[in-house]
Amino acid sequence: MSTLRKRITLSALSFSICAGISGTVFAQSLGSPISESQLRGFDLIAPPDGSGYPEGGGTALQGKIIFESRCSACHGMGGEGTSAATRLVGGDMQSEERPIRTVGSYWPHASTLFDYVQRAMPADAPKSLSSSEVYQVIAYILNMNGIIEASLVLNRDSLLQVEMPNKDGFIDRSQAL
Amino acid sequence: MSKQELEKVAGNGLINRRHLLGLGLAGVGVAASSTLLGADAGMNLEIPSWSKQPGPGASGYGSRSKFANDMQRLSGNPNPLYPGGGASRSPLHQLQGSITPNSLHFERHHAGIPDIDPSQHKLVIHGLVRQPLVFSYEDLLRYPMISKIYFLECSGNSGTLFGPNPADGTAQSIHGLVSGAEWTGIPLSTLLDEAGVEPEAQWINAVGADAASMGRSIPLNRAMDDVMIALFQNGEPVRPEQGYPMRLFVPGCEGNISVKWLTQIKLSTEPGHFRDETSKYTDTRLDRKSLQFTYPMGTKSVITSPSGKMKLERQGVYQVSGIAWSGRGSIRRVEVSADGGRSWADAMIQSHQSEKALARFRIPWEWSGGNAILQSRATDSQGNVQPTRTSLVTEKGNISTYHFHGIQSWAVNTAGDIANVYA
Repeated sequence: MSTLRKRITLSALSFSICAGISGTVFAQSLGSPISESQLRGFDLIAPPDGSGYPEGGGTALQGKIIFESRCSACHGMGGEGTSAATRLVGGDMQSEERPIRTVGSYWPHASTLFDYVQRAMPADAPKSLSSSEVYQVIAYILNMNGIIEASLVLNRDSLLQVEMPNKDGFIDRSQAL
Repeated sequence: MSKQELEKVAGNGLINRRHLLGLGLAGVGVAASSTLLGADAGMNLEIPSWSKQPGPGASGYGSRSKFANDMQRLSGNPNPLYPGGGASRSPLHQLQGSITPNSLHFERHHAGIPDIDPSQHKLVIHGLVRQPLVFSYEDLLRYPMISKIYFLECSGNSGTLFGPNPADGTAQSIHGLVSGAEWTGIPLSTLLDEAGVEPEAQWINAVGADAASMGRSIPLNRAMDDVMIALFQNGEPVRPEQGYPMRLFVPGCEGNISVKWLTQIKLSTEPGHFRDETSKYTDTRLDRKSLQFTYPMGTKSVITSPSGKMKLERQGVYQVSGIAWSGRGSIRRVEVSADGGRSWADAMIQSHQSEKALARFRIPWEWSGGNAILQSRATDSQGNVQPTRTSLVTEKGNISTYHFHGIQSWAVNTAGDIANVYA
């Protein structure tokens, strides 16, 4: 830390004591520098802009085999689920009755499917799928929902082109008081 | 003071809260009453056995009385296909004051509780910052900290009340996904300033070190406000089920964004759109549009005693007590009704009215053996008034069941049985 910054910090500290403010003034920086390249194996975030998609890829046909062995115990052989919460396929947000919300009917971004499967699935062994296996499994889920063709090789480029049916169904309330 | 002098201030037996000061009611439970029941004439008090021999001495770590062991969190049946998922609920009906003991603070996990060695844990701040940084637990312990009392509530708390039929439950089973604690930690802004936020950064993406690596996004302006990295809860290191060794704490907001086992904060121009802010924790309206990033918890109160599945054993004066909170400020007022909302009386708010913290309220009530419907209605410092259940459900529908904060009703029948009803 530079001498100048130290001096500024110390004067801020003494001011806050005089003013009777307890709290947040601190005199040192304790974080250690790290580079983004050192975080490549640590950062799993895959946002909609595609910046987090890794190498690899594959098709729904490949994904079907993985899905049936690793996912179907909870999600059913055809993604129909074993409970409302585990259903992945079908539903219609505009249905007359209470809409069934699934990956196909509800999720606004295909990136979320990649991100979530990569970080959290399968529930009994998270992070045990390779990047290509994640592409393949989500290709199968998207294909079962009629969103992509079975023959499409899903990878970092083609996933970026996938549009979800409910992509315009959300309203950002993050700045609402 | 005789019963005749109690000043009734609303229908069906509500008594002026000022009488709490003179009635000697403080601390009486639901089974007590002010009716003068003389001691059994045949009962002579003796010196008890525990007064005749020394007990065990001091211990390294305390435990509660074995006679109080029935006070437990309530959790559902474990799902063998989803190990580590689920929640447990605080026993609100048995607690008093406005601080929840750490052992009874509610839990919600998405992939179980990781067993983290703090000497191996890292907190990384990166993305749109001038200098990505990594912090150890030891590093963080050296920063100046702040301590604040806040409530924490799961967005799904009381969600069953959106349903068409009233759940046959208790204050714990219906409302137990809320707790209150003193949280101590480092303002997030301190560490973000140290890393140097780039001007184009608009969001933080916070990720935990659990097996789900659960992530949530928060706008930078909120993150720079009163968000902290909490290291201590009620004075001791944050418990494993609450995020040991550290969690994000976002005051007043749905519990899910206070990411536990915090290990990564990445600054970005756009939110991550994680599963738990798209598929889950979003609120689908009746027009089928869904609200995303609905963070603040509504102005809310719950009567915790008398409450569901308790029984009033005899007529007389009871203390109606509960908790109130708001994600947008402090609690200014709590009113109580004993006649299903036709008339209301102001309850005494016992706690210091901290921002975004639980406030304990109390009011005396004389039950004369008839039917009654007990309700409470909170008003916060911003003037937000807790809505009726009907108006909330009419406005929001029940496609989503997050953010229920409507008025809830406990019906007392002539036998003294108490049940959750829609009234």
